[in-house]
Amino acid sequence: MEEKVSDKGALVGPYVIESRELTKEFVQVNKERIKALDSVSISVSRGTVTGLIGPDGAGKTTLIRLTAGLFRPEAGSIRVLGIDAASEPQAVQSRVGYMPQKFGLYEDLSVQENLDLYADLHGLSREARAERYPALMQMTGLSRFTGRLAGRLSGGMKQKLGLACTLVSTPELLLLDEPTVGVDPLSRRELWEIVYHLAREQNLTVLLSTSYLDEAERCGMTILLFKGRVLESGVPSKISSIAAGRVFRVETPASLKPRQLQFRLVSGSAVVDASLEGERVRLTTSTDPARDDPLFQGLTPTPIAPRFEDGFMTLVRRASDHTVDTRFLSGGVANGAKHVSSDEVVVEVRNLYKRFGEFTAVKDASFEVRRGEIFGLLGPNGAGKSTTFRMLCGLLPPSEGTLGVAGVDLRRARASARQRIGYVAQKFSLYGQLSVSENLEFFARAYGLRGARQRERVDWAIEQFDLQAITGQTSGELPGGYKQRLAMACALMHEPEILFLDEPTSGVDPLARREFWQRISALADHGVTVIVTTHFMEEAEYCDRMVIMVDGEILAAGTPAGIRQRARVVEPKEPTIEDAFIAIVEDFRQSAA
Amino acid sequence: MESLRRIAALIWKELLAILKDPRSRFVVLIPPLLQGLVFGYAATYDLNRVRYAVYDQDRSDASRQFLAMIDGSGTFRRIANLGDQREIKSIIDDRQAILVVQIGSDFERRLLTGQPADVQVIADGRNSNTAGTALNYIATITDAFNSRWRSAKGLTSPPVEPSARAWFNPNLETRWFMIPGLIGMLTLVQMIVITAMSVAREREQGTFDQLLVTPFRPIEIMIGKSAPSVLIGLVQVTMVLALAIFWFRIPFQGSLLNLYPGVLLFLVAAVGIGLMVSSVAGTMQQALLGSFLTITPLAMLSGLNTPISNMPAGIQYVTLINPLRYVIVIAHKVFLEGASLRYIFPEMWPLALIAAFTLSFAVWMFHRRLM
Amino acid sequence: MSARRITALLRKEMLQIFRDPSSIAIAIVLPIFLILLFGYGLSLDPKDIPVALVVENPTPVSAGVGAAFGLSRYFRITTVTSMKKAEDLMREGRVDGIVRLGQNFDRRLLIGTAPIQVIVQGVDANRARIIEGYARGAIGQWMGQRNSAGADSSVGPVVVQSRIWFNADSDSRYFLVPGLVVLIMTITGALLTAMVMAREWERGTLEALFVTPVRAGEILIGKTVPYFLLGMAGLLLTASTGRFLFHVPLRGSLLVLTAVSALYLCVALGFGLLISSITRSQFVAGQIALIAAFLPAVFLSGFIFDLASVPKAVRLVSYLLPARYYVSLLQTLFLAGDIWSIIIPDCAVMLVMLLVLFGLTLRKTKKRL
Repeated sequence: MEEKVSDKGALVGPYVIESRELTKEFVQVNKERIKALDSVSISVSRGTVTGLIGPDGAGKTTLIRLTAGLFRPEAGSIRVLGIDAASEPQAVQSRVGYMPQKFGLYEDLSVQENLDLYADLHGLSREARAERYPALMQMTGLSRFTGRLAGRLSGGMKQKLGLACTLVSTPELLLLDEPTVGVDPLSRRELWEIVYHLAREQNLTVLLSTSYLDEAERCGMTILLFKGRVLESGVPSKISSIAAGRVFRVETPASLKPRQLQFRLVSGSAVVDASLEGERVRLTTSTDPARDDPLFQGLTPTPIAPRFEDGFMTLVRRASDHTVDTRFLSGGVANGAKHVSSDEVVVEVRNLYKRFGEFTAVKDASFEVRRGEIFGLLGPNGAGKSTTFRMLCGLLPPSEGTLGVAGVDLRRARASARQRIGYVAQKFSLYGQLSVSENLEFFARAYGLRGARQRERVDWAIEQFDLQAITGQTSGELPGGYKQRLAMACALMHEPEILFLDEPTSGVDPLARREFWQRISALADHGVTVIVTTHFMEEAEYCDRMVIMVDGEILAAGTPAGIRQRARVVEPKEPTIEDAFIAIVEDFRQSAA
Repeated sequence: MESLRRIAALIWKELLAILKDPRSRFVVLIPPLLQGLVFGYAATYDLNRVRYAVYDQDRSDASRQFLAMIDGSGTFRRIANLGDQREIKSIIDDRQAILVVQIGSDFERRLLTGQPADVQVIADGRNSNTAGTALNYIATITDAFNSRWRSAKGLTSPPVEPSARAWFNPNLETRWFMIPGLIGMLTLVQMIVITAMSVAREREQGTFDQLLVTPFRPIEIMIGKSAPSVLIGLVQVTMVLALAIFWFRIPFQGSLLNLYPGVLLFLVAAVGIGLMVSSVAGTMQQALLGSFLTITPLAMLSGLNTPISNMPAGIQYVTLINPLRYVIVIAHKVFLEGASLRYIFPEMWPLALIAAFTLSFAVWMFHRRLM
Repeated sequence: MSARRITALLRKEMLQIFRDPSSIAIAIVLPIFLILLFGYGLSLDPKDIPVALVVENPTPVSAGVGAAFGLSRYFRITTVTSMKKAEDLMREGRVDGIVRLGQNFDRRLLIGTAPIQVIVQGVDANRARIIEGYARGAIGQWMGQRNSAGADSSVGPVVVQSRIWFNADSDSRYFLVPGLVVLIMTITGALLTAMVMAREWERGTLEALFVTPVRAGEILIGKTVPYFLLGMAGLLLTASTGRFLFHVPLRGSLLVLTAVSALYLCVALGFGLLISSITRSQFVAGQIALIAAFLPAVFLSGFIFDLASVPKAVRLVSYLLPARYYVSLLQTLFLAGDIWSIIIPDCAVMLVMLLVLFGLTLRKTKKRL
């Protein structure tokens, strides 16, 4: 059987992947059929690195699974390496490497055992192994951890092991589904280096999906998917050029915070997107704006070169007739706590330690947060952010050190003290079986609201978070963005003074992430103190101050501008928080070594 | 007061979550009924279709009379008349018959001359309990035949005549024993699984942390988690009870007022066990396996399948901590014996102790996990 | 099919079994616990039954009756002087039966009609019936002694001489221990396999395996063989403890026992694999395995309860259960011997089930999501 497969090699044309009018439907719980892919035609040529870009639910994973012969399409055709993937999936599967979203590792097997399993499945001989393993180990830096169980590896190492497992057999095509989700910037950069090395040295074709827009620019080719259709495809610069002439950099006037400026700009009718870029705001418009547009009143926009995400946002806005919602949070927050950004310290952490047996999750952490600030805890998965966070919220006792939230330790505080905080857990902890309004009512009652007051707050939440259309829906079936909004609404039900947000943007697509930060900015402007953890470095720009945690230690603290100064980049590239993060971690690892 | 309101909100939420979704509503309501029905019919030691064969070497009026009584009992079905001793082995071996009645050629002659006449009965002992029960039926029929024969022939009765009578269950129907017992068995399974799962689900979905950060105190969360399970348990008990009374027509001798306090204590104890399982389990899968590993010994050592008094002394002591043991006794006493609270007190106080222990242990584990 | 790939999958599965505490708990700890419980704990054979003997006026004759009951290994006698006291004891649950010698028992015995009343606590009907039988036996024995001592009249006229084949002492362990094999095989075959396979679906590892040269059949073999071996180890453990610790005879041949067990185990595995491929969720697969495989194996297989006596509808359901055929085979092989007229038809039915299940599983386990 194996021989038959390799015979097909000769048939490969210029395109490694070629799909025509590919359509895939799924039947939902309510028997409704939805089209995950709707007549998608793509072609991927040999030796390229192609990125599938799109928000959640665009059909990226479905397309990759169809390419791997894991689904049978409803209509259309897909040929991979010259083979029809729908009718001869096995022939395709024997020759491609595929890493699914969760990496597909056996967590209770060690690194070596995982590798051996895949080597055996691919029929790799002992000699071939002797040659291949050292190369893979060197490439992934896993040689020190061969005996460790895969479940005990950090996210970045798991991802590299997953990659190594797909590469043992030297495949002709590499399929990677969201390989960089939840992985720290350093590991992401290393992964990209490996991918490019392979494409260059071995003429390997790579198809990968990502929702990080900055990664798209690193791809040779990009395919933009939106709601199951191909919106556009081509080299990244082609996508960028869509926004040419409509991208501006706006200096922040002294009277405003950058995010307040962003908030003002984003409400303009012709605005596609406004994002923070250091102390300035990057603005993308849908039409060429006139100089005297009221939007720019008192501002000096400088036209700049478009980037991939500008083009992407323009295309998506066009396709979705999605307008930025500017009604949010127009009052009713935090008991009229309007004294914005005072110097009053509301959260204080001194020499905090947390040990789990031998393992120290948090080492000597100290920081303070002032009223009305947005404070960020940044770091890769497993850095100790969530542990610190859970200690702050009173969910975990510290091993050593002191902490105070609004002057008390929530762990020992009376129930009423918790009335003053709001908390949004990772994965937006909602009662999945309950409807949207039932969730809201439950949390309102949990915080002791009742009668007219309860109705008033529930109505406020529905109104502010734009939930009218979905009040009766079961919350477990909502898309990520809606879940996040509902979780926020539940946490704000009782008008807390301090809001804790644990990874509020993971698993949320770029569009929803933008909206989320605008809401957070508005809250902070109304005097709510916000403490947030995230592994998206670009989101740090929205924070007033932040700490960067790696391996349980705080490596840097300060304002975004202060942190950015630690980046090592060559002019004219503007330093980003991500560059700074990489520099900080590299310094730390060097001094540790 | 605030605290009570919060608990009420939690209970309401919990009931909504279980009863809104048609699938989980189905899981909570239908399996107990269905299992009560199927096991009510299947779990019986009574025999009503005993297949038996006859090897009648006498073929006389007397032997025919004797066999007619067996056939007429309604319990036995004659499936073959054998002509040869050797057929006995094959008909038993093949499980075509579980009894063979063999009547010797001098049966009638001995009866008429006043000598005892032997009847050989061979039973298939592969399930020795079934065999023993069938032999008991034959013994009863034989007694009846004997007294009829004596009065017909004007013989004196034997000097001693044992007369047997059973209290509380005059026809000795196993169903009367099994179905009231199932009230406890079925709800135990559901209580442990529902409670353990609902806590494990909150942990897995992260809503548990959410609750801890709200003004809920741990004890309020525990009450809010247990009360809905107990309520659902009461509904299930009532359903199985109704099934027993109205479908299986088992006479309910006692008063509901005497039954429900014990049932309530039992439900609380079972929910406590569910909470204990959930405090050890990290995921829903572990909670399911943990429930299974807990339920199996509780069910086996409950006295419903095999009597506790047959167990070795050491194991009998172990059953003292099994809440199922007590609720089954309470159900039997109230259901069949019509016992008043005074007679079920010996079961009530251990149940109360167990409930207090499981709950406080669960609360303690809960606190310890938070620490 | 590639031996290399299959070996790799087998090794992986073995490593996982030994590293996962919940597999160990289900596959090893639970069976040992059940063996000990069934061997030492559970029994349907009453002993030391507390019985109240009501003797309103004690005489040597009544003492003789008391002695006959006392000698029996089944009874523990409490002698009381009034019926009311005995009834109180029974209501309080202190005795399970009352034997009442009527007033003037001695005198009436001489004229030939002395009644003995036996009252049993009937709540547990099965136990009550056994107690009643034992009580008749004790009374019969006492009368037999009187007869041989020269007293007149006789028992009878018809006397039943009963023999229980295969289990002369009527020891309930003889059928509980073979029945236990069914439970253990069902737990490892259906429950555990369903859960580990569903786990691979849930964690996405199966998805990664699919996009390799491995064939669907190889994945199935890699999943079945380890749990098959685990199940057979359970059989070995149960059969040998049954034989050597609990002295349950094995009258059939070990070879046939192994073969039919292998067949049943394959059916259970097929069922486990099928439900995991359909549900793809550990939680749901586990619940289905419990409700559709484990509980019926206890209640509807003929393991404890006689299937001939259940209503027709329930009996029809039982014909669909592989456990029913396996229980019948085990009881025959352990206690009766190699009886081919039972082995062949039962095995044929299980074989058909096996083919259907594996056909369905193979169809479901295409390398597709």
